[in-house]
Amino acid sequence: MFNPAAKLATNLSDKSKLESKATRDGYGLGLIKAGEQDERVMALSADLTESTRALAFAEKFPERFIQVGIAEQNLVTIASGLANYGKIPFISSYAAFSPGRNYEQIRTTVCINNVPVKIAGHHAGISVGPDGATHQMLEDIALMRALPNMVVIVPCDAVEAEKATLAAAGNNVPTYLRFSREKSPVFTTAETPFEIGRALVLRRGKDVSLVGCGPLLYEALLAAEELSKAGIECEVINSHTVKPLDKNAIIESVKKTKAVVSIEEHQIAGGLGSAIAECLAENYPVPQEFVGMKDRFGESGTAAELIEKFGLNSNGIKTAVKKVITRK
Amino acid sequence: MPHLHDDKLKELELKAVQIRESIIEMLLAAGSGHTAGPLGMADIFTALYFHILKHDPANPDWAERDRLILSNGHIVPVRYAAMAHAGYFPVDELKTLRKLGSRLQGHPERERLPGLETTSGPLGSGLGQAAGIAYAARLDQAKFHTFCVMSDGEHEEGNLWESIMFVGKYQLSNLTAIIDRNNIQIDGMTEKVMPLESLHRKYGAFNWHVMEVDGHNMQEFCEAVDEAKAIYERPTVIIAHTIPGKGIPEIEFDYKWHGMPPNQEQAKKFLHELRTLQGKIESEHQ
Repeated sequence: MFNPAAKLATNLSDKSKLESKATRDGYGLGLIKAGEQDERVMALSADLTESTRALAFAEKFPERFIQVGIAEQNLVTIASGLANYGKIPFISSYAAFSPGRNYEQIRTTVCINNVPVKIAGHHAGISVGPDGATHQMLEDIALMRALPNMVVIVPCDAVEAEKATLAAAGNNVPTYLRFSREKSPVFTTAETPFEIGRALVLRRGKDVSLVGCGPLLYEALLAAEELSKAGIECEVINSHTVKPLDKNAIIESVKKTKAVVSIEEHQIAGGLGSAIAECLAENYPVPQEFVGMKDRFGESGTAAELIEKFGLNSNGIKTAVKKVITRK
Repeated sequence: MPHLHDDKLKELELKAVQIRESIIEMLLAAGSGHTAGPLGMADIFTALYFHILKHDPANPDWAERDRLILSNGHIVPVRYAAMAHAGYFPVDELKTLRKLGSRLQGHPERERLPGLETTSGPLGSGLGQAAGIAYAARLDQAKFHTFCVMSDGEHEEGNLWESIMFVGKYQLSNLTAIIDRNNIQIDGMTEKVMPLESLHRKYGAFNWHVMEVDGHNMQEFCEAVDEAKAIYERPTVIIAHTIPGKGIPEIEFDYKWHGMPPNQEQAKKFLHELRTLQGKIESEHQ
């Protein structure tokens, strides 16, 4: 059953009754709110202001918006200087370019410097769709979570994206936020708790723990509902913060279920699943299956077609659940 | 009207010798590190720390301090030496350079030592950070000036040209860039590895005010900084022509000394040469 404390949307299993909105839209709203609450907040764009939803901020606070042009390395280094001075800069680009192209600048000028730059990586994951492999960033979580001092957050829907953006504005440390282009069901509500570093149980179950991040969590909830009809009760956990991982929440869950499936729109290598495996191998080893990209690039297609083709939808998750149960 | 009185000039020139001595001593103790670059920039760092910068060694986080961003972090021994002589920390601590637990990391780290503004070493990203600081300062109408010291070789980095374009666009006149134009990099002469000229015309094309000075003439350098601060319409770059290894004839102009420290015997000889130089300065200003 769903966890009442998560205060999720009603009619959860009927996608048509849920609002459909991209997490990048939540970022746009969160950025405006952050700007209203704290005048140190600034936004920088590298020629992708509208599609990364920084435009409303740019129009509302023109003096706090900086256009750097198509130059992602400069995007980071300018932001590092702003943060070093005392500003709270949010840099918006596509994840393929930032942190894809400017990794060293993030490592040196944000993380070793330890200044609170907020990196918004947009159009992440396979669901970017028709743009194809070059723009479908599937390695960003791995890149960012390997860096000391960096916080990594992957919001599951537009409402959580807004909360994550606001929270990042106030955490005073380097932070990576990952957003999707495609609209996805909004299944959390304004009342759903959100705290950086604190995972949230969305559904309670005793047989398998499904731990995921990002919009695919909705597919996990669908899979859990269908499996429940077959007598398999899944615990679904929203691990929106990939780093620092909420180890206690995950360990507590697998102590009960003795099996885990990780779910993410990212390469299996280095992502949330890897973080979970590192945690459990050390603390409470159990069989794990990984739902994610299996060491390959994406291709053009619609988001739904690609999610299905690469086994990331509820069917793929169900297959992984059944497999992990046989390994218990 | 010269910028510096003779007494001040003599004081700065003698201070630069002390800083060169410290560089040799610290590199000898470290057993690794870069020699030529720090020696070549000793005059400019002396001028900055002992005449130009608005700063307070007892209060390194002073909000109104001028910001000195060192982009080419590998020449940090000259900055450490200047900072120690200015009173940021004991001169003795210089001998901990590159040692376990030292605040004086092989490449500078912002969080380790108060008074360093940024972490650097990987080239090409200092100007962007300086520009971010200068942009924020202008937004807040803060009165300090931001300086960014760069090498010539790092102008081969794409990131740097992105930043040059940015500073040109936003006309950050509260920022002054200083290029250590010593013509060497690890693999040889810059113009052979990857030609940079004309740096002057390139910066000009990016809408900067460009000046060229002798990087070992304190008078000329200080006057150039005055001019840079006086120009309100445009950011300024000072291309400082320097001699790598300046002050020690065996090292001067020799790119092999870019990334090599002196051994015991060499250090002894070099320190002797620097004392001779000190005597020469004293007699010239009599």
